[in-house]
Amino acid sequence: MWLIVLFLIPFIIVFKISFSEVRLAMPPFAPLFEWLDGKLVAIKLNFANYAFLFTDALYVSSYLYSLKVAAVSTVFCLLLGYPMAYAIARSSPTSRTVLLMLIVLPFWTSFLLRVYAWIGLLKSNGVINNVLMYVGIIHEPLTMLQTDFAVYIGIVYSYLPFMILPLYSNLEKHDLTLIEAAADLGARPITAFLRITLPQSVPGIIAGSLLVFIPAVGEYVIPSLLGRTDQLMIGRILSDEFFENRDWPVASAVAIFMLGLLVVPIMLFQHFEKRTLEARK
Amino acid sequence: MSTQPSGPTAQAPYLRIENVTKRFGDFVAVSDVSLDVRRGEIFCLLGGSGSGKTTLLRMLAGFETPTSGKIYIDGQDMCEIPPYDRPVNMMFQSYALFPHMTVEKNVAFGLEQERLGRQEIRRRVGEILEIVKMTPYLARKPHQLSGGQRQRVALARALVKRPKLLLLDEPLAALDRKLREHTQFELINIQEQLGVTFVVVTHDQEEAMTLSSRMGVMNHGQIVQVGTPTDIYEFPATRFVADFIGSVNMFEGKLIEDEPDFVRIRCEDLGGIVYVNHGISSAPDATVWVAVRPEKINISREPPAPAGGVHQPEVGAGENTARGTVKEIAYMGDMSIYLVRTGSGKTIRVTIPNIARHTEDRITWDETVYVSWHAESPVVLTR
Repeated sequence: MWLIVLFLIPFIIVFKISFSEVRLAMPPFAPLFEWLDGKLVAIKLNFANYAFLFTDALYVSSYLYSLKVAAVSTVFCLLLGYPMAYAIARSSPTSRTVLLMLIVLPFWTSFLLRVYAWIGLLKSNGVINNVLMYVGIIHEPLTMLQTDFAVYIGIVYSYLPFMILPLYSNLEKHDLTLIEAAADLGARPITAFLRITLPQSVPGIIAGSLLVFIPAVGEYVIPSLLGRTDQLMIGRILSDEFFENRDWPVASAVAIFMLGLLVVPIMLFQHFEKRTLEARK
Repeated sequence: MSTQPSGPTAQAPYLRIENVTKRFGDFVAVSDVSLDVRRGEIFCLLGGSGSGKTTLLRMLAGFETPTSGKIYIDGQDMCEIPPYDRPVNMMFQSYALFPHMTVEKNVAFGLEQERLGRQEIRRRVGEILEIVKMTPYLARKPHQLSGGQRQRVALARALVKRPKLLLLDEPLAALDRKLREHTQFELINIQEQLGVTFVVVTHDQEEAMTLSSRMGVMNHGQIVQVGTPTDIYEFPATRFVADFIGSVNMFEGKLIEDEPDFVRIRCEDLGGIVYVNHGISSAPDATVWVAVRPEKINISREPPAPAGGVHQPEVGAGENTARGTVKEIAYMGDMSIYLVRTGSGKTIRVTIPNIARHTEDRITWDETVYVSWHAESPVVLTR
């Protein structure tokens, strides 16, 4: 019920707008259905908005760039998050609580504030550059802000907890006697990890990756504040279409297409889940 | 009582545990244990929970390091060797089968670590699955198997590496009673077939009795007694062992006559004297305990044949007997358990095999009866 009100209805509205034409009016788009004396006389479906997405290189390159940024960030989150989640899951119950608190702690301050903090760290006369120059490692400030590097840092930093938490909850449930059994059968610790722990943590890896990848594709704030100005991410395009160009139909088409892109990995994940569930029966 | 697998021959011990102690902080889990296990025997470590038997087993596997002491397997010092390099395999109580691998993969895992050829692995996996009768299930995952089948896979996985020593942690605990009995004999068969030395940890005395050629009883981190099941049942060394293995009637008493080939003990519990036809080593006037197994006690309405019967000429009148009232009878099918309360309030447990299907004149509740036993039946314990 709430899903219908909060999710499906907005989706239908956006979906409808994406097929209409732009108009200088209030609201700024043409109605889809033309009514005459209470009768439906015409449905004007406008596919031009979608066609426009593929003809304009700006959109295509933003989509690809967004996917790339999200994918790279997800990989880094996984590489950083897995050892952290593993260490937490294997630590003593008391330190586990403390460590988990530390993971969640950043959520207590505003997300926006934390991203601004990175500006302070990364900018030309920011903390990092000043320290490096003071120590004498560099003589000219590095340009770190408004680069891909800054976007990756921002996204990895912001989304790392979403990788760690599902991984932790998976790893924490592992039966440690399986590792002992592997050792007993002659497996060195690294082999035991690769053949026993890693395969069993795949559901956690997938869940964590989706939780990072999906919001990272549509990320708006981080690339706007830290990212390049010559290459926009799709979230920025979306908001610009809505608020700068006031072209709601194209903006809606952008949104719908992005949704389509993101549904694919989710469906794959669910398919995978169902298969493992069925295998269990 | 025991099935006594093909006799371990006199030779240097295969597994030698020397003064091994294991402390966890202030807690002493295993305290100065020394033990020899011979090649090809099934040795059971029997003890209650917290007796240190599992810790001892884990030290053999290499999951724990002894705080002090040494462990030798086939003459080789094991202390510095990590679990993955030990010629030892373990069957875990939970079986610890890898849930994401098939039966075949589970069993092959250990051989793959030895970097054997694909053909060789297939052959040996096939062989061992044949022995444990799991060949039809090789493509299944552990969750598609029953408890008994999982147990076999776990056994196969541990045996396929042809270990010098197989450690079994409560191997039958997770099986139901019928299956357990069946599996016990199968384990012995497989052991005889492969000649691997087994060290079994169990809290189930019946399991220990059936499986083992020798067993060690553990209590508070120490081995209290080592011997064949018969030794341990018939000649327990301490009150703990007598009480832990089977059921027993224990009477506290004072030594009143102490000769090399017999003793007399006055037991207040019985209001009489117990005559035992073997000598013991104890200080005179010391407090001792007389232990008599329930199945070695007779029960009758008449006082037992007066002293000096043909077989027991040395037993005096009124010795080795007590008068009491039947308080409880439990019919177990193959036998009945009688609880007889003596004048002093002590309850004596007697088991009588139900040889005849129906006895007209069976002793029943609240009857006054005499319990008695032979001079060789009791064991006198000093601690």
